[in-house]
Amino acid sequence: MKRRNGSNDSLLTKAGGELDDRFKLAGPARVLFNKVFPDHWSFLLGEIALFSFILLLLSGTFLALFFEPSMVEVTYHGAYVPLQGVEMSKAYESSLDLSFEVRGGLFMRQMHHWATLLFMASILVHMLRIFFTGAFRAPRETNWMIGILLFWVGFFEGFFGYSLPDDGLSGTGLRIMEGMTASVPFIGPWASAALFRGQFPGTDVISMIYIIHVFIFPLILLALITVHVALVFIQKHTQWPGPGRTEHNVVGFRMFPNYVMKQVGFMLFIWGVVAAMAGLFQINPIWLFGPYEVSVVSSASQPDFYVMYLDGLIRLFPAWEFRVPPYFTLPAVFWPAIAGMGLSVLLPLVYPALERRFTKDRGHHNLLQRPRDNPGRTSLGVMIVVFWVIGAVSGGNDVFAERFHISLNAMTWAGRIGIVVLPIIAYYMTYRICLGLQQHDREVLAHGLETGILMRDPNGRFYEVHQPLAEPDEHGHTELEYNGWVVPKKMNRVGALPPTDRGFFKSIEEPSDNGAARDEIESGKH
Amino acid sequence: MAASAKRRRGWRKRLGALARFTGALVIVGGLYSVFSPSLYAQEAEDNAIDSEVVKGQELYDTSCITCHGDDGEGIEGRGPSLIGVGSAAVEFQVNTGRMPMAAQGAQAPDSDYPVFTEEEAEWLGAYIEYLGGGASVPDDLAALVENADVGEGGELYRVNCSSCHGYAGGGGALSSGAHAPALTGVSDEEIYQAMLTGPQNMPVFADNELTPEQKADIIAYVQYVVNDDRDPGGVFTLGRYGPSTEGLAIFLVGMTALLLTTLWIAGKS
Repeated sequence: MKRRNGSNDSLLTKAGGELDDRFKLAGPARVLFNKVFPDHWSFLLGEIALFSFILLLLSGTFLALFFEPSMVEVTYHGAYVPLQGVEMSKAYESSLDLSFEVRGGLFMRQMHHWATLLFMASILVHMLRIFFTGAFRAPRETNWMIGILLFWVGFFEGFFGYSLPDDGLSGTGLRIMEGMTASVPFIGPWASAALFRGQFPGTDVISMIYIIHVFIFPLILLALITVHVALVFIQKHTQWPGPGRTEHNVVGFRMFPNYVMKQVGFMLFIWGVVAAMAGLFQINPIWLFGPYEVSVVSSASQPDFYVMYLDGLIRLFPAWEFRVPPYFTLPAVFWPAIAGMGLSVLLPLVYPALERRFTKDRGHHNLLQRPRDNPGRTSLGVMIVVFWVIGAVSGGNDVFAERFHISLNAMTWAGRIGIVVLPIIAYYMTYRICLGLQQHDREVLAHGLETGILMRDPNGRFYEVHQPLAEPDEHGHTELEYNGWVVPKKMNRVGALPPTDRGFFKSIEEPSDNGAARDEIESGKH
Repeated sequence: MAASAKRRRGWRKRLGALARFTGALVIVGGLYSVFSPSLYAQEAEDNAIDSEVVKGQELYDTSCITCHGDDGEGIEGRGPSLIGVGSAAVEFQVNTGRMPMAAQGAQAPDSDYPVFTEEEAEWLGAYIEYLGGGASVPDDLAALVENADVGEGGELYRVNCSSCHGYAGGGGALSSGAHAPALTGVSDEEIYQAMLTGPQNMPVFADNELTPEQKADIIAYVQYVVNDDRDPGGVFTLGRYGPSTEGLAIFLVGMTALLLTTLWIAGKS
């Protein structure tokens, strides 16, 4: 905005002054507005989770206005014909009414569900970025742990939300959870009985889960997210290595106006994507599942994707029961479900400490590492990703088998062998790729860029002309130090050729006339 | 003496051979007339049906006999006996393109291009029915479905069918390469025939398990939910395989769109 007459008397300034007189805002606001954030596309992934969480709070509040968490049996007389006259719980009935009779209800429900999936997916992707760039290293181990906790609280929050409508699929999910709980040695059966107030499914579980889902867990999530974001502020954001960037400073853009504008725009974009998905893609069509009955289990009963790898582990694990008759049976499901989940919580939590211990790196890090520069960690990460993907695919192996005409037994065995063998192969391959990339960086730094110009010397030997990146020293060497950031690999990156056109989808620059000049050279007119 | 005796013996030998040949002919002809004429004997009684049976047999003898054997008796290790399966089974298998089967496998896959026309399938059905009776679709099926209770059908579907065909008829995997097919685009008759005869890996739901009225309820539900449903909640149903395709969609559509957005936003500095 252009200031009138250069005076400080504009309406905005005046209002600001009045506010500052009363609330002493100028100081903190100045600090906040001038806070600097480094800029890179991969730093925006956490925001997807943050903004989908806000959307979850908003859409969830709408749903809570119409949902009744009660397991009282009623007969359906609503709008959906194939369920008319069917006995069901009040919870399921109100979910159906919410979907069919509340204006915009189905859209809001689908938006809530898609936002959940996006929340969990973006947490995962964000976590991968943090892991592969080493952003969890000192001093940010605490924030990494908070992030892991956020994933697991979100995991159960999502699972409870999935269970609330009391449809066939939610009941099946609860049944599996009941089985997993009961498999814990000694305390399992008691824990299960406490959860369901007696025999599964009981009459109370929905109302109990409801309070956890709409009050307790959102509160925990909100608290954790607040601390998570506050810590990013206090500890400052990490940055990629580059000119002027050190382990002890942050180079970037100010919070206001640059960052705020980007964030608001990004938030609206995320909400737009979720709304578009909610309008276009049917999700969780509860009216098809019917009310939950213990005897009904549909094929293709899967959990949401973030639970699916555990489901897959349960499907792949051999039926090894451990028995001490007559006292004790440890069912096979305990290992993949309870031990597997326990390890999935524990290992990521302690990973930063483990890495510190093994690398003996106790330094303070603000600079990120390129994945290739820490091949051990990168390969470990890829290994875990491969493990997770095989688990998740195996969680839906019946759908895969049916769709792609593969034997289900073959899918199971491929999963069993694959989950052991493929992560190891992935580790080795990733390690080699990282080393190869490192080597190529060093090669370019030492010998220069490949120009694409091939020469033949009088002896008949062919060689490629390299463009050194630095002036040769007195020995004629051009060796440069690797500084942890992108090494130019093409001539246009060092100004020897015109740069690639900038712009998204189409060029935002005037076409350069270098092309014409080159044509002239080639046609020999020059 | 010796020569004439020799000649006489040769003559007698020839005469004996002729007698044996005639006797054999009489036995074969007699046996044939004992066992085979039923085919022709009934022709006089009901010309229409029998010509169907004859046409059916012609088709059978050229397309089915390799695996199902002479007169539908079945061949060990190749194809089951068809005696007693009835016309409902035949018409289902043939009209959905499952039979004739191209190759032995875990299960006959259905095909959009059945080898025989519906008329030919009826002939085949008539022939198999003729061989040993069996189940057939009631003539008043359309009326039954008309008066069916969709809600009741839904409950029956969820209890009896959903564990293989899925909650919304998307289909599902069974063990060792067998599968329960999707129920999209199936006719009332086909569903009825399938329930009645239990094709491939499907169990038989005989009339004492599900009455014809209950079968009609299920048909009405399947047609409503799978084939006539307006799919509230979106343009795309993601195939009705449950949450696994939803998980794919959030990464392939949602995450991908937003990753491109992050590149776009960061590229605007």
